[in-house]
Amino acid sequence: MEFIDYYKVLDLDKGASQSDIKKAYRKLARKYHPDINPNNKEAEKKFKEINEAHMVLSNPENRKKYDQYGKDWQHAEEFEKAKKSRQYSYGPQSSGSSQGYSGQDFSDFFESMFGGSQNFGGRGRVKFRGQDLNASLQLHIRDVYTSHKRTLTINNKKIRLNIPAGIENGQTIKISGHGGPGQQGGPNGDLYISFTIINDTPFKRDGNNLYTTVNLDLYKAVLGGDITVDSFEGQVKLKVKPETQNGTKVKLKGKGFPVYKKEGQFGDLYITYNIVVPTKLSPKEKELFSELATLKKHA
Amino acid sequence: MGNEHYIAITDFCISHNISSKFILELHDYGLIELISMEKTRYIPLQQLPRAEKILRLYSDLEINLEGIAVINHLLDRIEKMQDEIIFLKNKLHLYEE
Repeated sequence: MEFIDYYKVLDLDKGASQSDIKKAYRKLARKYHPDINPNNKEAEKKFKEINEAHMVLSNPENRKKYDQYGKDWQHAEEFEKAKKSRQYSYGPQSSGSSQGYSGQDFSDFFESMFGGSQNFGGRGRVKFRGQDLNASLQLHIRDVYTSHKRTLTINNKKIRLNIPAGIENGQTIKISGHGGPGQQGGPNGDLYISFTIINDTPFKRDGNNLYTTVNLDLYKAVLGGDITVDSFEGQVKLKVKPETQNGTKVKLKGKGFPVYKKEGQFGDLYITYNIVVPTKLSPKEKELFSELATLKKHA
Repeated sequence: MGNEHYIAITDFCISHNISSKFILELHDYGLIELISMEKTRYIPLQQLPRAEKILRLYSDLEINLEGIAVINHLLDRIEKMQDEIIFLKNKLHLYEE
């Protein structure tokens, strides 16, 4: 357990007035508040430190105790004993362990000296929003082709989640109120889930559009005809125009990926033709190709 | 849409220990949407996280409503830019393969 210099946390001198402490707290809290810095772990950590420092220094009685025992924190245990003996007369509300934001988020130093935030009665408004939680979920691209429900276990709590079709790789969704519990009437934090989408299909995804390459035999490319190609929903019949060139792109409207949170709307599927030149030609085939070449030369 | 999609302003104010005047002020500033049904004003449920965030900024940081409006606007812009970064990263990944 390390000693924490709360004055240093708030960038203050030991002789700082209550107004200096308030000003310093406001300045730093505005900079590091979790609502201003969503998904920023560093800011969240800093905000907790600032809060802790403010809770101690803004209360003259606790500041006095901190100034007295803080440097020599080994004596905190004795201080704690004395404090506990006083607590019994306060009734059941002031005993018990602190929860949520305080239980998890105050430093060991703070817990040891002050026993959590519940022993702070001096500050009028000490409502704390619960901690935001972050989780990551790995899904296969086929899983996010359709909306589905999934049950996640986060901090031993089961959360039933509706995963809308069309979620992007790297996208984060917020589940309001499913983060850490709020303290002293404060609201619960939020749960942020980041998605990693694994794609091992022949389809490349760019937003709502899908891209794939289809091999086309030379004869069908030259003469045209019908082919069957794979889409995410199954096989699709496609007409190939005569004299199709290598690299030709064809768009299949509405056969791409579902648009996020827009039910019934889909992107497009782009197919690029890769014309396959026949190999291992028989003497007869070679003869016919030569004939074609001669015809072309004289055309 | 039924009433389960809305929360009455009075209920919201009781649970957050604030006056309904404050919520109406948020509405006047264009910070949250309200709807009226049978002489009662409601907050749509999807607006709740936004309303709660505004309350936290107002009470934790003592930021006035003008400041909150600016913060919300900038946070919306950051969110859009982050979405765009994800989109562009995925696009770049497509060409790197």
